[in-house]
Amino acid sequence: MEKFKKIESNAIPLPMVNVDTDMIIPKQFLKTIKRTGLGKNLFYELRYDEKDAPIDSFVLNQDKYKDSQILITGKNFGCGSSREHAPWSILDYGIKCIIASSFADIFYNNCFKNGILPIKLDESEVTKLQKAAENSLSFTIDLENQKISYFDKNINHEVSFELDKAKKTSLLEGLDDIGLTLAKVNHISDFENKQKSTTPWLYSQQIK
Amino acid sequence: MSTPKTLYDKIWNDHLVSENEDGTSIIYIDRHLVHEVTSPQAFEGLKIANRSVRKPNFTLATADHNIPTTNRDEGISDPESKLQVDTLEENCKEHGITFLSMSDKRQGIVHIIGPEQGFTQPGMTIVCGDSHTSTHGAFGALAWGIGTSEVEHVLATQTLVQTKAKNMQINIQGELPLGVTAKDIVLKIIQTIGTAGGTGYVIEYTGDAIKSLTMEGRMTVCNMSIEAGARAGLISPDEKTIEYLKGRPFSPAENEYQSASDYWLSLATDEGAAYDKTVNIDASDIIPQVTWGTSPEDVVSIDGLVPNPEDESDETKKKSMIRALEYMGLVPNTPLKEVKVDKVFIGSCTNGRIEDLRAASKIAKNRKVADHVNAIIVPGSGLVKQQAEEEGLDKIFIESGFEWREPGCSMCLAMNADKLKPQERCASTSNRNFEGRQGRGGRTHLMSPAMAAAAAINGKLSDCREI
Repeated sequence: MEKFKKIESNAIPLPMVNVDTDMIIPKQFLKTIKRTGLGKNLFYELRYDEKDAPIDSFVLNQDKYKDSQILITGKNFGCGSSREHAPWSILDYGIKCIIASSFADIFYNNCFKNGILPIKLDESEVTKLQKAAENSLSFTIDLENQKISYFDKNINHEVSFELDKAKKTSLLEGLDDIGLTLAKVNHISDFENKQKSTTPWLYSQQIK
Repeated sequence: MSTPKTLYDKIWNDHLVSENEDGTSIIYIDRHLVHEVTSPQAFEGLKIANRSVRKPNFTLATADHNIPTTNRDEGISDPESKLQVDTLEENCKEHGITFLSMSDKRQGIVHIIGPEQGFTQPGMTIVCGDSHTSTHGAFGALAWGIGTSEVEHVLATQTLVQTKAKNMQINIQGELPLGVTAKDIVLKIIQTIGTAGGTGYVIEYTGDAIKSLTMEGRMTVCNMSIEAGARAGLISPDEKTIEYLKGRPFSPAENEYQSASDYWLSLATDEGAAYDKTVNIDASDIIPQVTWGTSPEDVVSIDGLVPNPEDESDETKKKSMIRALEYMGLVPNTPLKEVKVDKVFIGSCTNGRIEDLRAASKIAKNRKVADHVNAIIVPGSGLVKQQAEEEGLDKIFIESGFEWREPGCSMCLAMNADKLKPQERCASTSNRNFEGRQGRGGRTHLMSPAMAAAAAINGKLSDCREI
């Protein structure tokens, strides 16, 4: 996984609540056996009409947000399915940071596995950032110092955010989770040996 | 005496491999269910890193999301779907994982076949790259949905790195009225706590109304924990659990069954254990429920009206209600029972078990599906289908005008050919009524199997108790 670096970009405002994984990437795009190439279909049904033509009013189709790396949205973002195609499509589109007042658990967790930073802030703070995003201001996301900053009418605004330490390190260093766990393979073997004696039926189970 | 513990605390403690310096824990995973949609990239990841599957025999795979429910002998016509299913089969062969193919009568939806085969057992940790893995919590197993990166992590290490969730108790006291089912209970729960109400929690369902449910009913309740925001839902194991698992193919052998059962019963939450949050709901207040909107929390009783956004004081909620009503093509204050349906779908990991089909068949018997309605029944597995046919349920359905299909996820997520056309309205026993879930522009109303069957007969949303 790539290391998470400081982001400087304007932000896409998407003031909707309960944006679900079917909205993020509809099922017809889940038939792929690859992780890449999903960005063009991100928010498909909101973004394109029935004839596949872009819907001008949808925020992703507006020129000024074309290269945005930040998405600012409403509560419970990413609810629904466990499909990692949701963060894959977001990342493939070029978004590396999502700001919302809350996220669904599985989606939140999936973001970190793909180098995306989901930031949780109070709803009032998110609303302020939405406004700034609508004015297409430029934001800086500094994960190291856990700060979002932007200039509005020559005044520098700074917003701090909380993040679990392990998740922060994993993003900053682009860690290979599996490699880290495999480094503790002795613990896993010890556990299995112990479990074999306490609940032996788990190890004798076989299809008849 | 040690501190009283919840079922969740006990399973967590029994699976703790080690605690990392950063506060996370490595948790051992006893069983892993794999399907075609969320696994190919995980197997590819293993290959790139030159890693192998640690415990192939703790892993069970099948194809369910992407397969046809008609003309099975012709194979899969969609080339992308076929590639995905073939890829799973090849990956399983390469790594020595049991794969139940489309032609195997045990094939079905992962969350139906796990319990059916006895692969699911109390006290286990079970994961799958599918959010409805919470279903297996009905057995007192800690079961949750994971993304593809975690599927790869489990394949390679048989563990996951986790942070412990909080404990929530949802207590359903009292007795369920006649005609009210597990689906109505869980829809009522989601309406009560909201789709983010369970975020950060593992829910344990308790109370007389939960204890009185069959294992099938308990699975329906736990299945939709994720729609309430919780990754896992649990019910403490009891005699019903033990009885259900006896003699199933993967269940513990006879000489081990007693010690396994003793262990299972010991996992039930201790008297006096503390929950971080408790919600009480009175079962006798529940009547058949249906959804009106595009979020599973948009629930009303069947004798109610389509809600009016003007009655909502919260601006954001009001806006999303207006959007939902427009999408659903509904006018505020319309009685639910006047809403006509075009399609009916009975099936899914929520309601595709034998008990669900029996409930639907009781309504269908000696009645006809309304002329304008297309109704399909998709059993949750090949074995559910076989059992239903042995009981003659297929004949009842076919005589009534329902289509009798092959098992799979089908119109719950509409990845295969079974889907709604724009603006078509469906009475569905599935779990999500999101925009576009059952097909672009399709309008979904979630409900129980008896309620969906009643809608098929009357051609509109109906109270199954009045048929």
